[in-house]
Amino acid sequence: MLKTFPKGGIHPPENKITSSKGIKKMTLPKVVYVPISQHIGIPAEITVDVKDKVEIGQVIAKSGGFMSSNIHSPVAGTVTKLDKIIDTSGYKKQCIVIRTDLKDESNFTDTAYPLKTTITLEPKAILQKINDSGIVGLGGATFPSHVKLSIKEGTKLDHLIINGVECEPYLTADHRLMLEKAEEIIVGIKILMFALHIDKAIIGIENNKSDAIETFKKIITKDDHIKIAALKVKYPQGGEKQLVRALLNREVPKNGLPLDVGVIVHNVGTIFAIYQAIQHNIPLIERVVTVTGKKLENPSNYWVKIGTPITDLVNEVGGLPEDTRKIVNGGPMMGKAIKNMDVPVTKGTSGILVISEDEASRGEPKNCIRCGECVDVCPMGLEPHLLMNLSEKGMYEKASAEDIMTCIECGSCSYVCPSHRPLLDYIRFGKNSVKKMNTSKN
Amino acid sequence: MSDSVLYSVLLLASLGVVAAIMLYVVSKKFYVFENPLIAEVEELLPSANCGGCGSPGCKAFAEKLVNTEDISDLFCPVGGNEVMKQVAAVLGKEVAEKDPTLAVLRCQGGCDVRPKTTEYQGPRTCAISAMIYSGETDCQYGCLGDGDCVNVCKFDAMYMDESTGLPVIITDKCTSCGACVEACPRDIIEMRPKHKRDLKIFVGCLNEDKAGIAKKACDVACIGCSKCQDICPKDAVLMVNNLAYIDPVICTLCRKCVEVCPTNSIIETNFPPKKVKKVESESEANVESINLKTDA
Repeated sequence: MLKTFPKGGIHPPENKITSSKGIKKMTLPKVVYVPISQHIGIPAEITVDVKDKVEIGQVIAKSGGFMSSNIHSPVAGTVTKLDKIIDTSGYKKQCIVIRTDLKDESNFTDTAYPLKTTITLEPKAILQKINDSGIVGLGGATFPSHVKLSIKEGTKLDHLIINGVECEPYLTADHRLMLEKAEEIIVGIKILMFALHIDKAIIGIENNKSDAIETFKKIITKDDHIKIAALKVKYPQGGEKQLVRALLNREVPKNGLPLDVGVIVHNVGTIFAIYQAIQHNIPLIERVVTVTGKKLENPSNYWVKIGTPITDLVNEVGGLPEDTRKIVNGGPMMGKAIKNMDVPVTKGTSGILVISEDEASRGEPKNCIRCGECVDVCPMGLEPHLLMNLSEKGMYEKASAEDIMTCIECGSCSYVCPSHRPLLDYIRFGKNSVKKMNTSKN
Repeated sequence: MSDSVLYSVLLLASLGVVAAIMLYVVSKKFYVFENPLIAEVEELLPSANCGGCGSPGCKAFAEKLVNTEDISDLFCPVGGNEVMKQVAAVLGKEVAEKDPTLAVLRCQGGCDVRPKTTEYQGPRTCAISAMIYSGETDCQYGCLGDGDCVNVCKFDAMYMDESTGLPVIITDKCTSCGACVEACPRDIIEMRPKHKRDLKIFVGCLNEDKAGIAKKACDVACIGCSKCQDICPKDAVLMVNNLAYIDPVICTLCRKCVEVCPTNSIIETNFPPKKVKKVESESEANVESINLKTDA
C-alpha cells in the first residue's frame, strides 16, 4: 500500500506528455523583463539605472526587507527601461527591462558544471549565501527560502522533506530535473541537512515517476540518511501539509507551518538552486519550465532565463496552434491564465500550458445540487459550497469562523463540481475579504 | 344554552382584564427610557437606511446625532442640508453645511472605443474579476462592466447601458449615499459637487499609462498631454501620473478644456448646446449619461 494523505484529493488525467523530453537550453532571449516582485512579500528595490551595463548574475534589485529576496540579472546586457509590464497577476508591475548583449560571451557559458560534493562553507555562511542568491520556493508559492530556513533556536527539527511530487497534470519540470540532476540534488539535500543540523531527509515522489525513484535509489548510500518514498498518485499531494501528512503521518496545525511539527519542506527545484548557489556561486537566474499543450508541435522542458517573455517560449516549441484559447502560467489546476504573451517567466513559473478551444470552456454554472462532492475532495476538510455561499453573501466573519483561511486553493472542489460552480473564485474572494477585514480591525 | 354563552363571555372578559393588568405592570416595571429626541430626529431623516452617513441605518444615525456632543462632522447625504438644518433646530446643535454632491462615472470606455483583448469566464462581479486580473480590455484602470455599483444602489439611480457596457447614473435619483463608490474596485465613481442645473465638467478617464499605451487601449483615454492644464485660466487642472484631474472647487465651467482635449476624454454634461451645433433631444437632457457628451 503506497503512502498518501487520507483526506480528499482527486486524480485528474495526468497528461505528462513531456516527461520523456530532456531539458533543453532555451535560445537566449533578446530582451528580458525582470519583475521586481517575484516572491511573496515586499518587492525588491531596484539598484540599477537606465543605460547601466549589467553582468550576468549581478544584483539588479536588492531585497526590500526580511520577507523579500534579491533579484539578479539573468543576462549580460544593458538596462533599457524601468517600466511597468503586465505580469501573471494581470496587472502592470514594475519591471527591469534588459537588452541582452549577444556579443558578450558570458551569456553563452555552459552552466553544466562538474559535480562538486565537498561542502566547504559553514552553516551560517550557507544560509547567508541562500539569502544573497535570491532563492525562493520554486514549487510555485515563491516563498523566500531564507525565511523558511531562519529557524529560531531551540526549535525541534527532525526531518527535511524534499518535494518531488509534482502532482499537477502536464508539468514535468521537477521530474526531468530529478532525472538529470539527481546527484546535484542529493548534494543540495546534504548541504541543507548540514546547515540546519537535521539528520534525516525524505524525498517524496509520486509513483508515476518510477524512473526518478529508481535513479535516486541507485545514488544514495546508507550513510546518507536520505530515504526515497514512493507516493500514490493523488492531487494535491504537492501541498506542504498534505505531503507532511502522507510521509510522516503528522498533521500540520491549521494556520501553522510544517515547522510546528518538526519538519521543513523544500521543492527539488529549490534544492537544485541551493546547490548551484552554494557550490558554484550561481544565483537564481534560470529555472526549468515545461512548455506543453496537446496541440503544440514540439512540447518540451527548457532551461529558461528569468524574465524571458512567454512569446519566446511559445515560439521555441513551434508557435501557437490555431485554435488556442488560453495560455496558462503554471499547471492546469493551480496555474493562472495570462493576459497577453509579453508576460515574463518569473521564479515561480513551472510551466506554460497552451490550452485549445475544446479544453478551455468552463461550463455554465448551475444551482448547487447538494451532492457533497466538493466536501469529499477537499484535502483540508473544509466545506467549499458553504464557504462560497458565505463569500457571495458577504458574511466574512462566518466564513472566517469556518476556516476559510486554511484553504490551499488547490481547486479540487471546482474540478469535481457537477454544476460547474465557481467555488474557488468565490473562496479566493472570501479569503481576500477576510484578510482585508482583519487588517482593518487591527 | 344562554348559560354557556354567558360563561364564555365572562371567561374571555376576565382573561382580557388579567392580561391587560399584566401588560400594564410589565410595561411599567421594565420600561426602557429612550430619549424622545431620537424618535423625533428619526422622523426627520429620510428613512432610506442606505448607510451613506456611516451608520447602519437611520435609527442608528438618529441615536448618534442625539448622543454626540459635536455633530458638525455627521451628515446625511440623502437628506442634505435641508434635513440637517431641521435636525440642528430640534437638537439645538451646530451642523456643518455641505455642498450637495453627485456620483459621476469617470470612465467612458464603452465597447466601441475600448476593444476587448481577452475574454473573462467566471463569476460576473467586478470584485472577483478585479481580483483575478485587470479586465477584458487592455486598460487596467477603467470600468469592468459587471455592474457591482448598479447592484448596490438602493435608489434605482443606476443602470447598465447595454450598448456601451457601462453603468449610467440617473442624476435625479442619485442621493450621493456613496454605496457605489464603496462597491467599485476600480474607484472610477467619484462624488463631485452638484452645480446649479447640474452642470459638470470632469475628466472621464483614470488611465495612468503613458500616452501610447493608454490610447491603444482606449480611444477616449486621457493621454496626459497637459493641453487642458495649459488652457485653463484658473489653474483648476492637476496633472498627476499622466492623468488630468479637474478640481471641481476651482473650475468655473468655462469649457475651454473640453474643446482642446484631443481624445475627448473630458466630459461636460447638461450644458446648452453651442450655437453651431444641432439641438439634442430633450428627453435625454436630465439623464446624465456619458453618451450625452457634446462633441467638442
